[in-house]
Amino acid sequence: MIRRRTDDIPLRRDGTARFLPWLIAPTVYLATIALAFMLALSGVLQEWDRGLVGTMTVELPPAAASDATAGAVVSALRATPGIASATALDRVAEGKLLAPYIGTAVAPEELDLPRLIDVRVAVGAALDLTALKKKLAAVAPGIVLDDHQQWLDRLYALALSIEAVGLAIVAMVSAAAVLTVIFTTRAGLAVHRDVIELLHMMGARDGYIARQFEREALRLGFAGGAGGLVLAAVTIWGLGHAAAAVSIFGEEAALLPDLQLVAWQWGALALLPLAAGLAAMVTARLTVLRTLARLP
Amino acid sequence: MVRFENVGMRYGTGPEVLRDLSLYLPPGSFHFLTGASGAGKSTLLRLIYLAERPTRGLISLFDKDMSRLKRRALAPIRRQIGVVFQDFRLLDHLSAFDNVALPLRVAGAPETRIRDNVTELLQWVGLADKLAARPPTLSGGQQQRIAIARAVIARPQLLLADEPTGNVDDAMALRLLRLFEEMNRLGTTVVLATHNEGLAAALGHPRLHLENGELKHP
Repeated sequence: MIRRRTDDIPLRRDGTARFLPWLIAPTVYLATIALAFMLALSGVLQEWDRGLVGTMTVELPPAAASDATAGAVVSALRATPGIASATALDRVAEGKLLAPYIGTAVAPEELDLPRLIDVRVAVGAALDLTALKKKLAAVAPGIVLDDHQQWLDRLYALALSIEAVGLAIVAMVSAAAVLTVIFTTRAGLAVHRDVIELLHMMGARDGYIARQFEREALRLGFAGGAGGLVLAAVTIWGLGHAAAAVSIFGEEAALLPDLQLVAWQWGALALLPLAAGLAAMVTARLTVLRTLARLP
Repeated sequence: MVRFENVGMRYGTGPEVLRDLSLYLPPGSFHFLTGASGAGKSTLLRLIYLAERPTRGLISLFDKDMSRLKRRALAPIRRQIGVVFQDFRLLDHLSAFDNVALPLRVAGAPETRIRDNVTELLQWVGLADKLAARPPTLSGGQQQRIAIARAVIARPQLLLADEPTGNVDDAMALRLLRLFEEMNRLGTTVVLATHNEGLAAALGHPRLHLENGELKHP
């Protein structure tokens, strides 16, 4: 009975590539954490964006916070084309907003608070904010019109910075993994030099020899990647739950945004071991072909 | 079949190990390559089976100038050359069957053909019961027969053997030489390197004699 043959080059029998999964695993672990954080952050930003775009807040200074002035400002707003609605928050509503910060022991009426008017802008409306500010200032001097743009701009800048750092981490760990595969493959080529030379002399094309290294790199890269992914999944799950549990005033006022990932995001991260395996495979192939090109 | 014109060979910056070699081996010929150890026999064989490129001069194989061929075009030419190495160079992790099958697999032959041909050839060299055996478990003579079977399995047009009788007794040596002669009768060009000049003389085939890297008429 003839048993199925093993690879011509006994790559699994030497120790040169044995440590590869242990180096790929932390690489995929770090890359997964970085990507997961970027995905979660992107989700949080979209959430905030959806909540703030199309809204404005008009703030009446405490000196002009009377119901009459608020009513006049609301009327002026409602008369402005492009404004869908304008609602002055009463003291009870303001109290609810402030409760997480000052508690309920002090009534909002006892404080010298500005009066807030919640403004909704009609979809697609192009408001002239400068003209609107002038118009409202004529009704109530010292009025502040906040379209949240400054806040959103800063938020986007922060998000971009975090994403850039995340991508830099992914790029660095990927480069480290690629270098590891290159050195491992070169070591394998050196260890099995005699076998490779024999195959070469028998007329083996470079691709025939490279395929054996590719298969091994894919197997080890995938194995390491899968290990790293499992560890990262546990970490992300733990961090998500820890973040959700950190709140100041109960579940409704979580201090940190929700960092949980949705199904498609987990699916995307689950592809990382395959990506690691494929990257290792391609790297090994290129390394072998480059080295074999020096043979006569 | 094989033509050398003023071929010289040196390793690195060392002295020339082969000097001004010019020779022609016609198709279907049988030549002994003789000379003392270090005379350059192995280097000459390495040049023929394209493991080395000459430092100078021209080598033609199968009527093709090797210096003009692109590297990619050399693989099909190497497949027409069978080599029996002095140290056999069997792969210890592969079975006797897989060792002999290597040239066919390298050439992309279908597995059914590989199974039939390899099994038949191993039967022919008396190793039918050793298909699954790995080289370290076999005797020197058995390993040698596997090495020879591997060299001839793809029916090469050119067969090179480096001291193929160096590790076996006289009876086995004679038997192996008869095998090479049989291959030659079937049309294969044979070059057999040996330091045993008595053996070469006994069979009467023409000799290429190397001394200090130069061809001498014996």
